[in-house]
Amino acid sequence: MTQARLETDRHAPLAALREDFPALQQDIGGNGLVYLDSAASAQVPLSVIEKMAQYQSHDHANVHRGVHTLSHRATEAYEGARDKVQAFVNARSRAEIVLTSGTTEAINLVAQSYCRPLLQTGDRILITHLEHHSNIVPWQLVCEQTGAELVVAPIDEAGQVDMQEFTRLLDDNVRLVAAAHVSNALGTINPVRDIIARSHALDIPVLLDGAQGVPHLAIDVQELDCDFYAFSSHKMYGPTGVGVLYARESLLDSMPPYQGGGDMILEVTFSGTTYNELPYKFEAGTPNISGVVGLGAAVDYLQAAGMSNIAAHEAELLDYMMAQLANIDGIRLYGTASNKASVQSFMLEDVHPHDLGTILDHQGVAVRTGHHCAMPVMQYYDIPGTARASLGLYNNTADVDRLVTAIEKAKQVFA
Amino acid sequence: MNLASIQAGDELRDLYRELILDHSRHPRNFGKLDDATHTAEGINPLCGDKLRLYLRVDEQQVADARFEGSGCAISVASASLLTEIVVGQPGEVALDFARDVIGRLTGATSPRPPAAELGKIQALDGVREFPTRVKCATLAWQALNSALNRQTTAATTE
Ligand SMILES: Cc1ncc(COP(=O)(O)O)c(C=O)c1O
Repeated sequence: MTQARLETDRHAPLAALREDFPALQQDIGGNGLVYLDSAASAQVPLSVIEKMAQYQSHDHANVHRGVHTLSHRATEAYEGARDKVQAFVNARSRAEIVLTSGTTEAINLVAQSYCRPLLQTGDRILITHLEHHSNIVPWQLVCEQTGAELVVAPIDEAGQVDMQEFTRLLDDNVRLVAAAHVSNALGTINPVRDIIARSHALDIPVLLDGAQGVPHLAIDVQELDCDFYAFSSHKMYGPTGVGVLYARESLLDSMPPYQGGGDMILEVTFSGTTYNELPYKFEAGTPNISGVVGLGAAVDYLQAAGMSNIAAHEAELLDYMMAQLANIDGIRLYGTASNKASVQSFMLEDVHPHDLGTILDHQGVAVRTGHHCAMPVMQYYDIPGTARASLGLYNNTADVDRLVTAIEKAKQVFA
Repeated sequence: MNLASIQAGDELRDLYRELILDHSRHPRNFGKLDDATHTAEGINPLCGDKLRLYLRVDEQQVADARFEGSGCAISVASASLLTEIVVGQPGEVALDFARDVIGRLTGATSPRPPAAELGKIQALDGVREFPTRVKCATLAWQALNSALNRQTTAATTE
């Protein structure tokens, strides 16, 4: 029996897990909610909600501060969550797990603490055309600050990075490669192993924006061999306002702090300050403790469900969704890469995505419409935006069927 | 069909009335106005609607109005209706119209019957049941307000 089969047998069938999400048990406009917007933010299971409430109700105090019981409990809960995250992505050490406010802050941290001291005129940062704004703008900022240049590897019609062009752009002047693991607008799974191998051949470090990777794929940062990996709790069934920067310890060691304040210091005098050890050097100020506790509970939840089960379930459902959508007359799919996860963007005839979104919402079907914080992707296809259906572990074929019915209804309204 | 879906259907039909669909598909006075005296841009960052309104004001009167840009059916239809409505109106009256329409659609003012010239704007009333779409309907009217007040910055709905 294969490892995957063993896991399947050990875990509760995913179908039943839908019951764990209180928000999904409601009607919108008289119809049961069909939530197809997990790529924007996933719903939260009761176990996470309860864990956070329990922390706030019984264990809350500031962390790393007091000798009293509650401070000790809070610190244990906060640091316990870090350990869970470390195990979840298989980092070598807990020092490599920096807790942030989200993917966005994690990427800005790397731009400002790693790149800014390093970059000079003539240096380059290489990204791809399918990035989220939060994996574009931080690099633009640091390039402006240092005189470095941002270069962009193009994509093809299917929404895949042109690896030939990528390789051509990857030269000795590149100081960092930053790429999405999974595109939030198109669902493309980037060939990250190939990207990392080619970059490392030139000793160039790689940052992966894993905001859409972690919820859908089993992540092993050692096996990936990436240098930085950024992700957000709220895309993986945890609360908002929390995220993670995984970084190689040697890199973190070499980087100056991102922000100054409490908790990130060992000793402060007016003649100078000694910074705290890793990862605390990068965690200034009182952190989002209950949020981090929630992230830890979300990790527990995902591990109990089994990431390989989730990936298999979602892959099957995505195939079904793509096939069902492609069957609709007048629909155009955006993002048809051979290797995809979770997401399908589409347009219906000449119906503006915002109008389509309203009509779907009226039937209880929640999709995201617009540019998905990836305006360059929309510019590539020369469209104002798309409607995007994205899948989570709780979705099923009935959800997809409701989506299709709702789109048919939109066609009637606009007939 | 259950009751909920029948009602849902009615509300949608009320939002996307024939007149709205017609104006969104065949916007009137669409394009640039080369001899414009007043212009303003309206941007709705939420959905990417981006319209530019051009006016030619002669002796305090709106002599011509055009618009260009792209947006959802509601924002385009609203802009198209606007250009039909304001031509021939004194600037002061056009400003009153902008205030009335915005008040009417946002629910800030009670929806009494509008001025006769504004009659067609009732076609947008369905938007009041769709809070996320009100800004689409008011966008062009915000731009009208900016243009006539000669504000050079873009009007946004945020
Ligand atoms: C691919 C990708 N990168 C980055 C982000 C930013 O994440 P956050 O807003 O949680 O910082 C998102 C979320 O929208 C995303 O989908």
